[in-house]
Amino acid sequence: MAKITLENLAHSYLPNPKSEDDYALKQLDHDWDDGAAYALLGSSGCGKSTLLNIISGLLVPSQGRILFDGQDVTRAPTAERNIAQVFQFPVVYDTMTVRDNLAFPLRNRGRDEAYVAERVNEIARMIGMEHMLSRKAQGLTADAKQKISLGRGMVRKDVNALLFDEPLTVIDPHMKWELRTQLKKLHHDFGHTMIYVTHDQTEALTFADKVVVMYDGRVVQIGTPEELFARPEHTFVGYFIGSPGMNLLPAKIDGNQALIPGGTTPLAHSYGPVSGNVQLGIRPEHVRLSSDQGLPVTIRRIEDVGRHKIIRADLMGHDINIIAPEDQSIGSDMTRAVFDPGRVNVYADDWRVAPG
Amino acid sequence: MDKTVNNKAWFLVLPVLVLVAFSAVIPLMTVVNYSVQDTFGNNVFFWAGLEWFKELLASDRMWNALGRQLAFSAIIIAIEIPLGIFVALNMPKRGFWASVVLVLMSLPLLIPWNVVGTIWQIFGRVDIGLLGYTLDALGIDYNYTQNSVHAWVTVIVMDVWHWTSLVALLAYAGLQSIPDAYYQAAKIDQASRWKVFRYIELPKMAGVLMIAILLRFMDSFMIYTEPFVVTGGGPGNATTFLSIDLVKMALGQFDLGPAAAFSLMYFLVILLISWVFYTVMTNLDKRG
Repeated sequence: MAKITLENLAHSYLPNPKSEDDYALKQLDHDWDDGAAYALLGSSGCGKSTLLNIISGLLVPSQGRILFDGQDVTRAPTAERNIAQVFQFPVVYDTMTVRDNLAFPLRNRGRDEAYVAERVNEIARMIGMEHMLSRKAQGLTADAKQKISLGRGMVRKDVNALLFDEPLTVIDPHMKWELRTQLKKLHHDFGHTMIYVTHDQTEALTFADKVVVMYDGRVVQIGTPEELFARPEHTFVGYFIGSPGMNLLPAKIDGNQALIPGGTTPLAHSYGPVSGNVQLGIRPEHVRLSSDQGLPVTIRRIEDVGRHKIIRADLMGHDINIIAPEDQSIGSDMTRAVFDPGRVNVYADDWRVAPG
Repeated sequence: MDKTVNNKAWFLVLPVLVLVAFSAVIPLMTVVNYSVQDTFGNNVFFWAGLEWFKELLASDRMWNALGRQLAFSAIIIAIEIPLGIFVALNMPKRGFWASVVLVLMSLPLLIPWNVVGTIWQIFGRVDIGLLGYTLDALGIDYNYTQNSVHAWVTVIVMDVWHWTSLVALLAYAGLQSIPDAYYQAAKIDQASRWKVFRYIELPKMAGVLMIAILLRFMDSFMIYTEPFVVTGGGPGNATTFLSIDLVKMALGQFDLGPAAAFSLMYFLVILLISWVFYTVMTNLDKRG
């Protein structure tokens, strides 16, 4: 296990990148703490897999360094890094038995058979596959194959980090839950550094201690699930996390007042002058329908999802979503919306502006 | 519920029946007919029963031809399959050169078989052929028209030149279907090049390789044109493979009865071997 440090890291797939747009991964400095579970979250093509492949050594970055416990491994081949990686599509060696699959990385490193057998049995118990060790890996279900590839990673005791590249994509929904729980338990029991790439916010938020949100080749926020929800640093985080995502409205900020279409709304803090493309962000959870206060809205649709109601409405030509409790009855007089002042965030050119 | 009786449906099957009858059943039955009769010309036939079959099975002629045929097929498969895999492994995976190599590889497959024979017939000649002349100049006494080993080597090299591309292209298609993740996982597992081949590439190619072996076997087992053009079956009977012998018997000597019996047994051998291949392949599929 190790602490992984990224220094000045950036990567472009072009031989001579000129502008910032040419970079698939924009410049990044970050420490991955030893033994923590991280999720790398972002939409497809945002650079998550590029970052993961740089860490595992399948890709050499165009600039910057990677350190494992302070030691430079930027150009070290994958095998020397003692990394385990689980891929989107399960990789097993079809013609081998489950036992030989698990033993493969150890035998390749020339460990003696007694040690190999001991480790294989231990790992098989961990992933719950003891009863099928002698089976051929061919023809197993996708989740069993994913468990084998996970086991192949963990069989090495000196493994520095476990990397997951959207490992649950091809798994049936009911098995996803079980595997995710098992992963969390493994992390809890053995304390490996884990980096988990996904585009599924539920997966990211339930798995990780810290979520790294990426957008357009850039890390836009690193934080706990709670921080990402309450204080999205970038409009993308607000939009991407949450269901539905954060409401964004064009605004003008004047001290502790925000001027938005349809009127003004109070803010809990006072802001200095804010320039650029200024937007106000408020989560649907923090908007309340009312009959006599707030801003005028037109309700277009109400979706009852069982545990709450999602109200799709229109505020002076802008879409706005509101989440109302399941038991609240919505009458025809509810034509106004109130924002919770303490929950409003202000953005200038997509980045959050701190009050003060 | 009563079954509807509608005999009109038979009319829809009729075209296929007619086609199959004229293309397969009637010719085959003609051969069967010849194989049990004897003739001295003038379209007068005498019943011979299983006489021809007994005679052929007792004679060395067919057994020798069959032996040469099996040896030839075994040798070219033993060379073309590993060589084809080796070539496929070294072909560029993507980009401009991948297309260039693909086109170059398909060239031998596009040349008509008698032209292939002619090319090698001239290529190997000591007086005007580049290969024959060069070997001769190097002091090697090469002559495929007189030395049966040289004739064999020439015919085998020709077949390898002609058909290794097919194996390589099939193996290449198999290799292309392997996701990158497999190679990345192998790197992480610190697998050697040999293990990558043995546990990733070979299993993934198994299906197409079975097809390649089947195709090459069937094709080489029925080979006629190329050796006929190059060696004419000689020297002596050294390169007289089954179909060359059959043509000699049927058209050269006009022994219709024995030739018909010969073709039937030839046909049965091919049928038998195809069945074995088919069974093995479907079993492999079921496991997969």
